[in-house]
This record gives sequence, structure tokens and C-alpha cells, in this order.
Amino acid sequence: MGNKLLGWVDDRFPLMKMWNEHLAEYYTPKNFNFWYFFGSLALLVLVIQIVSGIFLTMHYKPDGELAFASVEYIMRDVPYGWLIRYIHSTGATAFFIVVYLHMFRGLMYGSYKKPRELIWLFGMFIYLALMAEAFMGYLLPWGQMSYWGAQVIISLFSAIPVIGDDLTLWIRGDFVISDATLNRFFALHVIALPFVIVFLVVAHILALHEVGSNNPDGVEIKKNKDSNGIPLDGIPFHPYYTVKDIVGVVVFLFFFSVVMFYFPDGGGYFLEHANFIASDPLKTPEHIAPVWYFTPFYAILRAVPDKLMGVGAMGAAIVVLFFLPWIDRCKVKSIRYRSGIYKINLVVFAVTFVVLGWLAMQPVTDTITNLSRLFTFLYFAFFGVLFVTSKNENTKPVPDRVTS
Amino acid sequence: MSTDTVDKGKRRFLVASTSVVGAVGAGFVAVPFLSSWMPSERAKNAGAPIEADISRLEEGRMLTVEWQSKPVWVVRRSEKTLADLETNNASLKDPASDNIDQQPEYAKSQQRSRKPEILVLVGICTHLGCSPTFRPDIAPADLGEDWLGGFFCPCHSSKFDMAGRVFQGVPAPTNLVVPPHYYVTDNTILIGEDGEAA
Repeated sequence: MGNKLLGWVDDRFPLMKMWNEHLAEYYTPKNFNFWYFFGSLALLVLVIQIVSGIFLTMHYKPDGELAFASVEYIMRDVPYGWLIRYIHSTGATAFFIVVYLHMFRGLMYGSYKKPRELIWLFGMFIYLALMAEAFMGYLLPWGQMSYWGAQVIISLFSAIPVIGDDLTLWIRGDFVISDATLNRFFALHVIALPFVIVFLVVAHILALHEVGSNNPDGVEIKKNKDSNGIPLDGIPFHPYYTVKDIVGVVVFLFFFSVVMFYFPDGGGYFLEHANFIASDPLKTPEHIAPVWYFTPFYAILRAVPDKLMGVGAMGAAIVVLFFLPWIDRCKVKSIRYRSGIYKINLVVFAVTFVVLGWLAMQPVTDTITNLSRLFTFLYFAFFGVLFVTSKNENTKPVPDRVTS
Repeated sequence: MSTDTVDKGKRRFLVASTSVVGAVGAGFVAVPFLSSWMPSERAKNAGAPIEADISRLEEGRMLTVEWQSKPVWVVRRSEKTLADLETNNASLKDPASDNIDQQPEYAKSQQRSRKPEILVLVGICTHLGCSPTFRPDIAPADLGEDWLGGFFCPCHSSKFDMAGRVFQGVPAPTNLVVPPHYYVTDNTILIGEDGEAA
């Protein structure tokens, strides 16, 4: 009966074909490690955000007069509203943690290199769309941080010569952040950007399944195939990695629940305290910092004592990542077989990213500003050093087949 | 149909010309959607002028009123504060208010005001739009010994003096904006209009 139905469907829709192409007969390197959990976890968080978000829109009011109170209403009066909102807010933080680890995996094992440049580019566009999505979502509670954070971020565009002021006016739809801004950000947050993100995720995965996954050894498994054309070092994604990823999901949900139930505001880093006060266009909070996932770039903005240059440096810090596949000219992919210089460079970069994030959360003093400048320099130095040293890097011999 | 009778040049011309016409059409369709993001008529009309009563404003104190949803500050400055403005000139980006976009003609001076002692400013930082903090105290620990009172933006530490003039070495590019304003009576300022005298 089941088989007959499947056959009926398969004659009309490529169901089994897709199942095989992307799961049962998608051959994946057998040596995946811990770092390979984060791709599937990102997909899980996307689903969590879409589902919890849909339910939040059923109670939220995108109106300058009603928004703040409607969030309080969700928290206090809607049955389990507090839980759905905390799932969504914890999900935002989880999304960025997972995505940053996923990107770091790419840096370690050279997953952005030929022939996977497009996978990296799609991924970077997802990251960009995700930042826009998170930023617009943060305006919706209409608290003090929502308001002034949006004021600062939208004002970034005013640094653009000639058209800057008109552009910010166009984005806001008013002379200040107002109901018009809130309403359009709501539309973008719940409809436009989720569509863009889902489309990009599909492109990201299709591109990945076209060329095949990289692995911790950076060896192309398609080079060694058996007589049936199956990679010798490959195992079908399903059931092997679906089962492995389910273990990852269980562990991830454990941490997710701990945050959601016990530290939903993350000590002021996930939901900032000033955002529990309704927005006031006449008063900026004493200490204003973005949510943690934007802080490294914010530190770069703050480090430069010139408006245009500061905004330019911040933009460049993101744009430069897009060009990574061409900045890194080393043929060897995995860090396992790359030079000591690359290892040190990558460690310094990772530390720099975290330190920049911390610096942006501190109130401004001369010491903080000087440190921000030093680490801004180190951030860009990673790419400079990489470009110069990667051309003729002193690498180790790469094995023919993947190791254990 | 055999391919050698096909005039490929004609086909290319047709494909190119229909593409161009289609693209122009798409451009026209985009206009109403993009325009819908501009401020609505209601938003444009909301910027009515506002009155500020300064009769009870004491020397050295600041009053905040809301105009076009933005904070507008009114400060009554002392003789000493006005004299101190001169001292700052060397460390400012635009001491003489040469940037004409930042104030009406009548406020283009060292004290940037109509009446010397009364300062009227839009309280929005010219860097990224935070509202700076009023810091009239002289030489506080966090702002340094040379501080003669002024405005400090907590977001990105831009500094302005007691005439809203921006200091060098901070991210804000220009002086704070002086809004159009005039005195209806001695103690009433109308913010948002230049008045007949202008």
C-alpha cells in the first residue's frame, strides 16, 4: 500500500529522487568531527525562529502607540506567551553562535576554497540577511535600546556622501524613527527577509550538494571512487549523519533550554536591560551598546574618530569576508596541513574578534579606544598577512585519502 | 525547419530590444513601490512649530522641548560660559560656524544664538543621531581638565562646547544644529520658524 502510493507520487513528483540526491545517496566524507554539527543546527534554529515568530505575530502590534505594550501583553497575559517570546529571543542569540562557529569551521578547514567559493558567497549573503533580520527584529519591542540602536544604525547611512541624508530619510519614512519605521521593519522582518534567507539557504545547500562536502582533512573524496562510482571515503548522509546530527540537536537543545528557562536575558547581553523601558525620542540611554552579535563591528566603528571613515571601516570589515576565497591563495585547504603562520594568524583573528566584541560593550575611555584601535588593526591584519603569506606557504604533504 | 535559414542577427535584435523595453517597464513599476517609503503627507505635516517658555529657566540650566519628535534644548548661559567659548576656538573643527547647513544665518557666530545667553539646539548628535548628555560641570574626571562645559555623546564620545560646536578628534563631523527660532516675547521662543526679523 505504502509502496503503491510512493510509486504514484514518484510518477508525478521527484520525491524519491530528491530524497536520494540529498540524503540517502548523498555521499559525505566519513571523517566529520564536532565542527560539522553547526550547519544542521543553523537549519534547526531557522525553523525554530520561523515557527516561534509566526506565533508571536499573532499577538504583536506593529504600531508606535501599541508595540511596547503588546510585547508586555505577550509576556504577561498570553498563555505561554513568555515562553514563545523567549524561544524567539534565545533563538536569535543561538543563531549567531551557531553561524559564527559554522564560519570558523570554514576558516579552519578551507571550506571556502575552490570549488566551494559560491557556497561561501551564499553563506555570506545569508549572514548579511541574518544581520538585517536581527536588527529589524530588535526594533519591534519598541524599547529604549530598540529605538536608539535603530537610530544609530540607520544614521550609519547618513555618512554616505551626497545621498546619505535623503537615504536615511527614505529608510525611516519620517524625520525621526517613528511609527512608519516600525511598521516597515515589521513587514521586512516577518515577510521579506525570511523569504530571502530561506531562498539563500536552499541555494547554499544545493551548491554544497553539487560539489560535495569538504572535511577536516581538506581532501576531495570524489577523487577516489569504487567501481560503482561511490567515493571510497564517503558514507551516505542518511542514516549516518542524520543520526549524528540528532545527537547534536539533543545537546544543543539542552543548552538552549538552560538559557531560555534560566537566563533568558543573558545577563543583559541577549536582551538589554534598557529595552524594558518604553522608547523615548528625547532621551538616549546613558550607555548604549548593540546586542552581542554585532559588537565586534561596532567596536571597529567606535575606534575610528571620523564619521565616514568609521562607517567605511565597519562596512569593510564585513565586505572583506566575502573575498576570503581569493585572499587566501594557498592550495592546501585544511589547517592540519598548513603552515604555523596560518595557525597563529587564525588564532589571533579569532581572539581579536572576541576581544573586539568585549570592547564594544565597555563605556568609552581612552584605554578602551586605544585598545579598539589596536584590535581593529589586528582584524584587518589577518587578511593582509593571509594574502601575503598564503601564495608560497610552507605546507605539509596532504594525504591522498582522509585520515581516520 | 532548418537552421541555416534562420536570421540569427534578427533574433538577437529582438531578444535585446524586448529585454531593454522590459527592463524599462520594470524600472517604472519600481517607482511607486520605492516612493512609498518616503515620508507620508501626514508625517510631513507633523513638523509644526512649538513654543518654549523660558521665564523660569535659571542660569546654567537646560530645558528640553519636543519639536518634530526631536529633542530641542534651550540653555541659559552665564557670562563666564560665554567668555569661555573663546578659549575653545583652537580645538574646534568649525569655530566660526562656517558650515551654513548647521544653523540659520542669525546664529552664525561664536555663541551661535540670537540672544547671546540663550542657546537653542537640536539635541541630536551629528554623528549617528544619539542625544548627547548636558555636561555643564567644569573639568570633570571623565572629560579631562580642559573641559569647560558642553555636551557629551555617550554613544561614540563626541564632544561639543557650550555653543554646540564640535571638538576635533571626535567622530561627529559637524556642529550641532541650531533650529530656526525667534522670540515671540522676551521669555517665549517659537521653535521651527525664523520670524520676520530673519
